[in-house]
Amino acid sequence: MVHKQYYRRRRACKFCVEKIDSINYKDVKLLSQFVPERAKILPRRISGICAPHQRQLSDAIKKARSIALLPYTTD
Amino acid sequence: MFIVDAKVPEDGIDQINSQAASVVSDGGGRVEEIEKMGVRPLAYQIEKMNEGFYVLMTVEANGEIIKEIERRFRVMDTVLRYLTVRTDEEQNKLDKIRSEREKKLSRRTVSRPGIDSEELPTG
Repeated sequence: MVHKQYYRRRRACKFCVEKIDSINYKDVKLLSQFVPERAKILPRRISGICAPHQRQLSDAIKKARSIALLPYTTD
Repeated sequence: MFIVDAKVPEDGIDQINSQAASVVSDGGGRVEEIEKMGVRPLAYQIEKMNEGFYVLMTVEANGEIIKEIERRFRVMDTVLRYLTVRTDEEQNKLDKIRSEREKKLSRRTVSRPGIDSEELPTG
């Protein structure tokens, strides 16, 4: 069938696999994994994270940005 | 969490901490922890400064006390930024998730080695 050729295995959500419950805004090392060069938040289709964890992650990133632990943008 | 001007000496920072702590205790709250995280580079310039002294204060207090602390921070020009995060709701959610997970594990009638315990089958 044609659609089977394009099927790619969906990457598992890192947080679901490791059973990390809460994503803290202070954890700059963890958060910066999901923030590439231009300091934009990675979309789900690239990071492979599930929806509830993506929401928690983006909230944590925004909090970290407001307290200058992460940049809003890099030039 | 709040950021203090990095050029302020140590006792100036202690003064700010004790002021905030006294606001909490006067209002009937409880200061759990004050962690001085030291001077860290800022991700972007704030007030033309590139470094700041970070302080993390964990308290148990009601809304009035928090508002008073924030009001004071806003007035002080040595405090550059502050961020208030509520932790009790998340803590309750985490406790619930953990207790449900433990209940699920204990409900299993057959213990599966390698999943429920650390022992793996040798065979």
